[in-house]
Amino acid sequence: MATTSPAEAGTLAPGASRRAERGRTRRSRPSSGAALYRAWWVPVLWILPTVVVIAAFGIFPFVNTVLLSFTDARPLGGGGAFVGWENYSRLLTDDDFWLATRNSVVYAVIAVPLLVLLPLMVAQLVYRRLPGIGFFRTAFYTPVVASMVAVALVWQNLLNERGPINTALERFGLIDSPIPFLSDTTLLLLSAIALTVWKGIGWYMIFYLAALANVPGSLYEAAELDGAGPVRRFIHITMPGVRLTMLLVGIMSGIGSLRVFTEIYVLGGATGGPGGADRTLPFYIRDTALDPISGNAGYGAAVSVALFVLTIGLAIASHKLGGSEDDQ
Amino acid sequence: MTATTTSTPPARPSATSAAPAPGTRGPRRLRLSPASWRDKGRQRAVVARYVLLVLVLGISIGPIVWQLFSSLKGPAEAIFGSAATFVPRDPSLDAYRTVFDQVPMAQYMRNSLIMCVLTVTSQVVFPTLAGYMLSRVAWAGRRVFYWLLILSMMFPFESIMVSLYMMVRDMGLGDSFVGVWLPGAIAAVNVLIMRATFAAVPNEVEEAALLDGADEWTRFRRIFLPAAKGSMVVVIINSFISAWDDFLWPFIVLRSEEHFTLALGLARLSASALSFDPRVIMAGSIIAIAPIMVLFVVLQRYFFRGVESGAIK
Repeated sequence: MATTSPAEAGTLAPGASRRAERGRTRRSRPSSGAALYRAWWVPVLWILPTVVVIAAFGIFPFVNTVLLSFTDARPLGGGGAFVGWENYSRLLTDDDFWLATRNSVVYAVIAVPLLVLLPLMVAQLVYRRLPGIGFFRTAFYTPVVASMVAVALVWQNLLNERGPINTALERFGLIDSPIPFLSDTTLLLLSAIALTVWKGIGWYMIFYLAALANVPGSLYEAAELDGAGPVRRFIHITMPGVRLTMLLVGIMSGIGSLRVFTEIYVLGGATGGPGGADRTLPFYIRDTALDPISGNAGYGAAVSVALFVLTIGLAIASHKLGGSEDDQ
Repeated sequence: MTATTTSTPPARPSATSAAPAPGTRGPRRLRLSPASWRDKGRQRAVVARYVLLVLVLGISIGPIVWQLFSSLKGPAEAIFGSAATFVPRDPSLDAYRTVFDQVPMAQYMRNSLIMCVLTVTSQVVFPTLAGYMLSRVAWAGRRVFYWLLILSMMFPFESIMVSLYMMVRDMGLGDSFVGVWLPGAIAAVNVLIMRATFAAVPNEVEEAALLDGADEWTRFRRIFLPAAKGSMVVVIINSFISAWDDFLWPFIVLRSEEHFTLALGLARLSASALSFDPRVIMAGSIIAIAPIMVLFVVLQRYFFRGVESGAIK
C-alpha cells in the first residue's frame, strides 16, 4: 500500500515543508499520565477486537494462502493433501492463467498512464476558484461514489450495439456498422479499461488538488509573462511540481488495475468475455478456486500468490522508477 | 502526516492579483500599457476554461444522467437507436414500479442497509478505541501492533480471498451477513486515520485536564472524542459507501437470493437481461446510485476532507 501522503508528496515548496514540520512537532508522544490505567485489562479490552480481526483476517489469510498453494484443497472442504510444487508447475503450462495475467498487465499498462495524466489535467482545470467551481468538483467526483455494478450497467447500455455511442457515430457517418464494444474480445477489455478510468478520474483528482496547492502560483505567472502557453505550463511547471503525487497515483492505479473484477463481470458477463477471453487474474482466481463443484482452492491459492507477487513487483518497480528520477 | 496538516492547504496567491514581474517597478506600472489585450486574453482564457469544464461535466455525469432519463421514458419511447431522444418526452415511473414488483428490490435494499449498519458500527467504534490506544497510551507491543497494521495493508484482498472464503466457510458463516461483514469489520486504514487524529491533539490540553483531576475515561470522552468527530464522520461515510458498493466479496460469500445486497441483485438482474425491459435494469441501477448520491451531495465537504486524510496510509 502507498506510503506517501499527497501533502508529503508535495513538499517541494518551502511553505509546505514548514507546515509539515509544524505538524510533526505538534504530534505528541503519549503523555506519561495516560499510561496509568487503573486496571491493566482496560487497554487490552480496547485494543483486542482490532488485534484479533487484523491478525485473523488481514495477515493470517496470506500465510494460509501460501500454505494452501502447496495442497489440493477444495473450496467446500476435503482435499488438503500436500502436493509440493505441483500447483506452481501447473501454472507454467496453464494457457488460461497466462491469458489472465496478460489481460491484467495490459489493463495496468493502458489504465495507469491515463489515470496519472487525465486526473491531473482535470484537477488543474478545477483548481482555480472560478464561480461555480464547487459544483464542477462535486460533479466530477460523482462517478467515484457510485456503485461499480450500477455504473457498469450504465456503460453496458452506452456501448450497446444500438446504444447512444454507436448511434452517434453512425449518424455522423464515421462508421457503417455498429462497433461490437461488448462482444469483441479486445474491444471489451478496452471498454472495461475506459470504465475504470472514467470512474477513477475524480478519485485521483482529489490527490492532485491537494498537491497543486504546493506548486507556487508565481511560477505560473512568470511563465505566462514569458509567453508559455497552457500546454507548456502543464509540462514544465505542473508536472514537475506534483511529480511525487504522480508516482503515488501511478502505484495506486497500478494496484487498482490488477484488482479489476467487477467491470469485466458486468460488461463481459459471468464467463468473463467470449469464452473467458477477458478474464483478469482476480476473475481467474474466483473461477478456479471457488467454483463449488470443480473448484481447486489449492490451485487458486497458487494463482493468488502469483497475483500478490505481480502487485508487489509493480509497487517496487514504480518506487525504483520514482527513486531514479529523484537523483537527477 | 496528521489530519490537520493535510486538510487545510494554504490558499495559493490568486493569479489575478497582478504580481510584479521581475524587472518592472510594481503592479501599477504593469497595468498601464498592455492591459487591454491582456484583459481580453484573460477573458478568453476564462471562457475556454468553462467550455472545458462543461465538456468534462458531460463525460463524467452525462452517462448517469442519460441512464436516469432513459429509465423515466414511457413504454412507447425509444431508448436505443436513432429515434431515441435524450430527454424523455412522455415521462413515467413505470420502470420503477416494475422493478419493485418483479424483483425483490426492497429486500435487496434492506440487506444492503444491514451490511452498511454492521460495517459502519464496527468501523467507527473499534478503530477509534484502537487509534486512541496507539497514539495516546504507552503499552508493550504498541510498535509491533502498528507494523502489523501496515503489513496487513500490503495484501490485496483479491490475493487472499480464497483463504478468507475457506475460513468463513469453516466458521459456519457461509451465505450469511456476518460472513460478509466479519473479515472487513475493522480496516487498518481507519485505525491509522484515528491514530493520526488523536496524535494531533496537543499534549497541553490533556495535561490541563489532568491537573483538573479528570480521569482517563473523562479525558477520552471530553477531550479526545470531540476532537475526533470530523475524522469519525469521514470513516462513517467511507465505510458506508464501501459496504453499499461492494460486489466481489458478498458475491463470493452469499449464495441464496434472500441474502443478496443491492449490488448482487443488480448483477443478477442484468444477467437475466433478456427477460427484462432495459428500462427496468436502468431503474434498478438508478435506485442503487441515488441514495449514495444524496448522501454525497449533502455531506460533500466531509468527502473531500476524508479523501485527503485517508491518504495517511
